[in-house]
Amino acid sequence: MNRLTTWFSAGLLALSLALAAPLHAQQPLKVGFGMSLTGPLAGNGKAALIAMQIWAEDVNAKGGILGRKVELVYYDDQTNPSTVPSIYNKLLDVDKVDLLVSGYGTNVIAPAMPIVMQRNMAFMGLFGLNVNSKFNYDRYFQIMPAGPEPAIGWTQGFFDTAMGLAPKPQTIALVGADAEYPALALEGAREQVKRTGLKLVYDKTYPPNTVDFSPIVRAIQATNPDLVFVASYPPDSAGMVRAANEIGLKTRMFGGGLVGPQFAALKTQLGPLLNGLVNYETFAPEVAGKFPFLDQFLAKYQERAVKEGVDPLGFYLPPYAYAMMQVLDQSIKATGGLDQAKLSDYMHKSEFDTYVGKVRFAKNGEWAQPRMLTVQYHGISGSDLEQWKKPGRVTILAPSAYMTGAVMAPYHDNKK
Amino acid sequence: MEFPTALVLNAIIAGLLLGGFYAAVSVGISISFGMLDVVNIAHPAFIILGSYIAYIVNDRMGLDPIAVSVVLSPLFFALGMLLYRIYYLCFEKRGQESLRGLAFFFGILFITEVALVLIFGVDYRMVQTTYSETTWRLGPVDFPMRLVVPFLVSVTMVVGLQLFLTHTFFGRAVLAVAQDQLALRLMGVNPTRVKGLAFALSIATAGVAGAFLIVIQPVQPALGREYIGLVFAVCVLGGMGSIWGTLLGAFVLGLAESFTSTFFGPSWAPAVSFGLLLATLAFRPSGLLGR
Repeated sequence: MNRLTTWFSAGLLALSLALAAPLHAQQPLKVGFGMSLTGPLAGNGKAALIAMQIWAEDVNAKGGILGRKVELVYYDDQTNPSTVPSIYNKLLDVDKVDLLVSGYGTNVIAPAMPIVMQRNMAFMGLFGLNVNSKFNYDRYFQIMPAGPEPAIGWTQGFFDTAMGLAPKPQTIALVGADAEYPALALEGAREQVKRTGLKLVYDKTYPPNTVDFSPIVRAIQATNPDLVFVASYPPDSAGMVRAANEIGLKTRMFGGGLVGPQFAALKTQLGPLLNGLVNYETFAPEVAGKFPFLDQFLAKYQERAVKEGVDPLGFYLPPYAYAMMQVLDQSIKATGGLDQAKLSDYMHKSEFDTYVGKVRFAKNGEWAQPRMLTVQYHGISGSDLEQWKKPGRVTILAPSAYMTGAVMAPYHDNKK
Repeated sequence: MEFPTALVLNAIIAGLLLGGFYAAVSVGISISFGMLDVVNIAHPAFIILGSYIAYIVNDRMGLDPIAVSVVLSPLFFALGMLLYRIYYLCFEKRGQESLRGLAFFFGILFITEVALVLIFGVDYRMVQTTYSETTWRLGPVDFPMRLVVPFLVSVTMVVGLQLFLTHTFFGRAVLAVAQDQLALRLMGVNPTRVKGLAFALSIATAGVAGAFLIVIQPVQPALGREYIGLVFAVCVLGGMGSIWGTLLGAFVLGLAESFTSTFFGPSWAPAVSFGLLLATLAFRPSGLLGR
């Protein structure tokens, strides 16, 4: 009887293991992240989320990764860095996610880093500027084309363009918000000022809830700078551009690091006020030919974005959010598993084919080659969105491989 | 440090224009918090709601957002009446207005934000007006219409409110509620009704201030949170319940911000503004024009 019971139990155990194995194989592969779905940067966060959802659907339609369907597990970080640590702890301890990626932007990536490092997870960052310079984490990777020295790479195009002006500019004013991204962008700009030998005549920051920017622009104008470099978030960018137009700012080049003109909302709402501004972009219809697969993604994205009330163009962030997931996808398939060390090792050594082109990472996890576009806006009339969907509203000034024309200076004489 | 005349004049004008806007966003709090003792922390959320209503009418019909906000202010007035009724029945009547009432208004703040996110999405919104891109120049001094129009309407609204409160029976009743509710009751006036109407008036001002806000800067649903500190600071600096005080406090903060930004660096502006608030409270605890 005892022997019979033993055989019966062993049989049951074998059967349950046999049943459990495919069940485990069917468990979804969970990718966890916090994302700004409310708060000041929610417009970007939601746009990135749509892109990531499109990726998950595309992958699942092809059978998933390693035979497992992909599931995105995400929480709203409210664009508030203090919510980020608890979100990532929950993702790891409660949701038991297999992979981690970041939300959008420097100020929500930095607070996730200590937790990610403690758990030795590979971590893909989405548009964080120079976050790893403080952490030196060897499993950190960044999807943003700012190059191995991001603060420098971010500002390179603006300064290269400025120093190509004849006669060479002598003085510069730097201004930015008291926040993580502008601080890092200004740090890069100061390095460029040293490198180029420009004289710094104004270097100030302003609080993020500033309403009226005209006193700041007037103070800048009083120093009579040849160049004005601005690092700002969307509402400040609108304030800065409006104040510069109202006051009639006289300078040879104005712009640099304004977040906001990349999105449809500010493109359409500021309209002709953007004319003459030199700023960064990650994509423009002028270079569409260099990214042959992007059209099909943008078509899918734009259809959804209009319904959800977010950036209906999707040029800035969504292609990169999709590319971030493509890097993970390709790494998992190549390494055949979720071993974080193997994934990181593969990501360091490999080149990835993505919707935003070929991506290779430097030792610090940033892009090996910078490719941020520096553009000048011109010929913008009215607030029609359609004008932005076709070439003709920007001249690409840098990098040289993407250049479509020369800068028109001074700023105040090229406001058409 | 040099103070060229043109910069000083422009700093004064910019400070006054900014102060006019600050007065509009704060005067409602001066009524609800200063006079009625209702800590309406959701006031900025109603400002944002006003911004979105102005935006949608401007976007669909091309009407001027500020004119729209004035026309639609009775709607905000009615919303204020309803809100106060709920607050009164659930909290004030039961003597639970202090902490639970505060939680109630926090809840209203978040619900309004979420509703705006669901309806309009999270993108920044702005309006187009005929004067947004016009700047008048008088010698070296600039008058950007984007700030001048809200300033003029704001000052008119605040002065009108002060005249209304001091020269009408209802206005005096509101002031009396702020001073002694029991005495008012002994005189046969229902303080709850007076408070309801006054609270509704404060919400109506928020609707108009919302239109000013979206004329001045882009708006997204959570922007109101950034104004919570400011509106209470202006109210306390000016003197609790004093409309003239609110106007003066708003001008003081606007000028302080403008001068600091122009001559010493904008990052010092909050420190100077709140330093002024602390100094005022140290020497005059009831605020500039408080009793």
